Amino acid sequence: MYAFEIERPSSIADAVAALKSEEAQALGGGQTLIPALKQRLAMPEQLVSLAGIPEMRGVCKSDAGELCIGGATPHAVVAKEAMADFPALADMAGHIGDPAVRNRGTIGGSLANNDPSACYPCAALATGAAIITNAREIAADDYFQGMFSTALEEGEIITEVKLPIPEKANYQKFVQPASRFALVGVMVAKYADGVRVAVTGASENGVFRWSEAEAALSADFSASALDDIKTSADGMIGDLHGSPEYRAHLIGVLTKRAVTAAA
Amino acid sequence: MPKDNGIGASSKRREDVRFLTGDGQYTDDINIHGQLYVHFLRSDVAHAKINAVNTEAAAAMPGVQRIFTGADFEAVGSIPCGWQVTDRHGEPMQEPRHAVLAHDKVRHVGDPIAAVVADTYAQARDAAEAIELDLTDLPAVIDMKEAAKEGSTKVHDDLTSNLCYDWGFVEENRDAVDAAIKEAAHVTTLELVNNRLVANPMEPRVAVGDYDKSKDEHTLYTTSQNPHVIRLLMGAFVLGIPEHKLRVIAPDVGGGFGTKIFHYAEEAFCTFAAKELKRPVKWTASRSEAFMSDAQGRDHVTKIELALDADNNFTAIRTETYANMGAYLSTFASSVPTWLHGTLMAGNYKTPLIYVNVKAMFTNTVPVDAYRGAGRPEATFQLERVIDKAARELGVDPIALRRQNYVTEFPYATPVAVEYDTGDYHATMDKLEEIADLKGFDARRKESEAKGKLRGLGINSYIEACGIAPSNLVGQLGARAGLYDAATVRVNATGSISVMVGAHSHGQGHETTFPQVIAEMIGIPEEQIDIVHGDTGRIPFGMGTYGSRSLAVCGSAMVRAAEKVIAKSKKIAAHLLEASADDIELKDGKFSVAGTDKEVEWGAVTLAAYVPHNYPLEDIEPGLEETAFYDPANFTYPAGAYACEVEVDPDTGKVTIERFSAADDFGNVINPMIVDGQVHGGIAQGIGQALLENCSYDDTGQLLSASYMDYAMPRADDVPFYAVDHSCQTPCTHNPLGVKGCGEAGAIGSPPSVVNAVIDALHSGGHKVAHIDMPLTPGRVWSAMNS
Repeated sequence: MYAFEIERPSSIADAVAALKSEEAQALGGGQTLIPALKQRLAMPEQLVSLAGIPEMRGVCKSDAGELCIGGATPHAVVAKEAMADFPALADMAGHIGDPAVRNRGTIGGSLANNDPSACYPCAALATGAAIITNAREIAADDYFQGMFSTALEEGEIITEVKLPIPEKANYQKFVQPASRFALVGVMVAKYADGVRVAVTGASENGVFRWSEAEAALSADFSASALDDIKTSADGMIGDLHGSPEYRAHLIGVLTKRAVTAAA
Repeated sequence: MPKDNGIGASSKRREDVRFLTGDGQYTDDINIHGQLYVHFLRSDVAHAKINAVNTEAAAAMPGVQRIFTGADFEAVGSIPCGWQVTDRHGEPMQEPRHAVLAHDKVRHVGDPIAAVVADTYAQARDAAEAIELDLTDLPAVIDMKEAAKEGSTKVHDDLTSNLCYDWGFVEENRDAVDAAIKEAAHVTTLELVNNRLVANPMEPRVAVGDYDKSKDEHTLYTTSQNPHVIRLLMGAFVLGIPEHKLRVIAPDVGGGFGTKIFHYAEEAFCTFAAKELKRPVKWTASRSEAFMSDAQGRDHVTKIELALDADNNFTAIRTETYANMGAYLSTFASSVPTWLHGTLMAGNYKTPLIYVNVKAMFTNTVPVDAYRGAGRPEATFQLERVIDKAARELGVDPIALRRQNYVTEFPYATPVAVEYDTGDYHATMDKLEEIADLKGFDARRKESEAKGKLRGLGINSYIEACGIAPSNLVGQLGARAGLYDAATVRVNATGSISVMVGAHSHGQGHETTFPQVIAEMIGIPEEQIDIVHGDTGRIPFGMGTYGSRSLAVCGSAMVRAAEKVIAKSKKIAAHLLEASADDIELKDGKFSVAGTDKEVEWGAVTLAAYVPHNYPLEDIEPGLEETAFYDPANFTYPAGAYACEVEVDPDTGKVTIERFSAADDFGNVINPMIVDGQVHGGIAQGIGQALLENCSYDDTGQLLSASYMDYAMPRADDVPFYAVDHSCQTPCTHNPLGVKGCGEAGAIGSPPSVVNAVIDALHSGGHKVAHIDMPLTPGRVWSAMNS
């Protein structure tokens, strides 16, 4: 780890001000950034911790039927507090990493990093969430722009995430055996106006919506509705843990399982 | 009523008190006043010519004391290999120089190029980044069969090729084996990979070198399984330091699994640099460094053929293996695919003709050496897989086929040069059938099928050679050291005992089990006895802990020393009791005169030895301390039968281990609880190899599985509850305790049963898959089912 300064603002405004410096970098729960620092893969001069900002923490339900999660809320808190209103999300949060990761890692950090195998991007995209920053509101469909790439500008902070609560939903994660990130993860969310399906872990372009499955499931919310839909291995990740063909296959299997579990 | 003291008692592991309360003293806990820190600049390419290493800017960085490069070690010895293998043609193996720091070329990712010694670790690391390297990349040779090709890139320019040796065993059997295979009623052939593993002990390697200028004495603190072996290799071959000026201390060590047997460059560096700089020098490996500098395990590519006659009797075995040595020869690397592998190819079976060919190859990868089981898992895996394949091809029951071919008469001389002293393979298979509830398998399979899962049962036998080894025999085979062990039993005046043992405990529980033996012999509480280990300055000698040898070899030395102590103490007791020593009996800590009520306590006798006021000084010396060296007459041969039941999810290929049962014959058992634990741990590692672990390089020699993000270690929820049994006991016939060793059995016996089970599950679902290479990841299983 190289030497760096750390700021610990207690308000969003102070954090935004601190991040105006060119050498500053936001630090969420640190579950990705800190290991990178230890490996000397990053060299920020200043870190701005978002952990001590009360207005960025907590889970509540809005009048519009959204689950609103502060950007600095750890996974363990979501696992507990989303249980009543959005159990599929609570279950997802409760299976990210290990207890240490869940008590430090935050939803805002996960979405800002947009790891192609992370769970939260899948939830945000499957629910059509609104990503609220200090500057604006970004629709999930516009937010994810490929592996580790998002619509966030320099110094922009995710302060809150609003996820429309579905009628039915389920997340299926098939773990990569070493990291236990998603080798493939699929979230299916059923709303009055249709079904959304998001896939993580599989694509070289990061999290994506599986539109053919959405159309089929919107017409018939059953696993058998997917029988004739195949996913292509083109553009899928191939690595030590699974070929593109295998990942493409798992998308189908997991989507069916998610539908069955949600129905 | 189970015993609570002595041999056979499940005494709780006394060392765990300090380990579990954070009071263990590991090498990294050692900090010496004035110590400096070293950071090694390691190659990030697999193969390159070193044109220049410019340290000028780095040397001027804050805190830097000195930067060493390969040039500093040109006059220093090569890190030696401890075993010279002779090839099929009677020629010695090719043995390249292994410098402490690379000089002419780098030969694997992780090869150290320079060492920066600074006041703090961070300063050393900062300065290392300022070193300017001028390297010319060379093509890397990673695949063994590519390395074997004529005209392949050479890892070592001064060798004739990448072939370390082409070993044939037993060479005289070659033609007869070829003929038997040609004439066989049935031949089953299997090609397989024994996957490369990273040992991953919880504690990474650490070394602290210290030098006392006033006495010209060196001390090395290191994470070693065998401090005397390090003293020998480093002192005699690398740095030229005589034994009396070099003390090696291996304090608490957090797991070894083989990879801490070997002498490493970092140990020699810290010892060398401490003298150069007249200050202690410390190195602590990061986990990333461990992945690219700890010797790795396995990595064999094998073709095995099993010949059977018309009655399904095994008639011949022929195997051809490519064994990866990596870029340099690690301490025991050459012996693993040969003498620890070829000699085990008979397994539990009376196959009359066997020929083993091994081609050991140099590649641009991290050196490969012994890892839990070392050669024996590789032998067992190929043999037990090919037998299973043969049973399926012939349509016979895999257990019956094994039983039909079991060795049943002992001693049994195999066609691969070893003699099994004792065993009862049917007994362990009987026990396995019982504890694994094989009768209930069909019902369990139906339950799995009702859930949409494929259930499979995998069975195998195993045998291993432990208690390494008779020195005269291994000397003939090329070992450059004796493999005896030593112990000193020091009885104190009040009757308490310190036993200095050459074995090193790094998880095995010696501090608990060794006192159990002495307690049994004398009849005193275990608490009166402590062992001392891991310090060449405090113990007489020892070859360390590996190959499940601690109790069978060092424990035997301890028994011999204790017998001398008892003989002497009887003479003292005879004097005190005014009787003949021949009439003295020792029981429950009391000496008595046979046939009388005259007796004297153990403590009174030991006190007399040190306060010899009433003592036969004219006949015997005061004091009560004896040393014994023990050289085993033979290997020991633990054996057993294992069963694994898996469920395979046909949609995803994911394998779940539902049941795992192990019936082992370890001979006599000192502490059943610790033996259970050893078997549990071994099976976990075997399951890790079979399903999860895979050390993988890309074509350029970059390690793809260089962290826990990609190298899958078994976690608690990857393994089932085990049914283990070691009640089948055929005591070893040639050591005083009748013990065989239990440390590696689980890792040797479990991979074939896991793979056999998965293949069985797939066949039950109509997938005629002959073999899948380890690890059986979901993706590989799914591909096999769908290809």
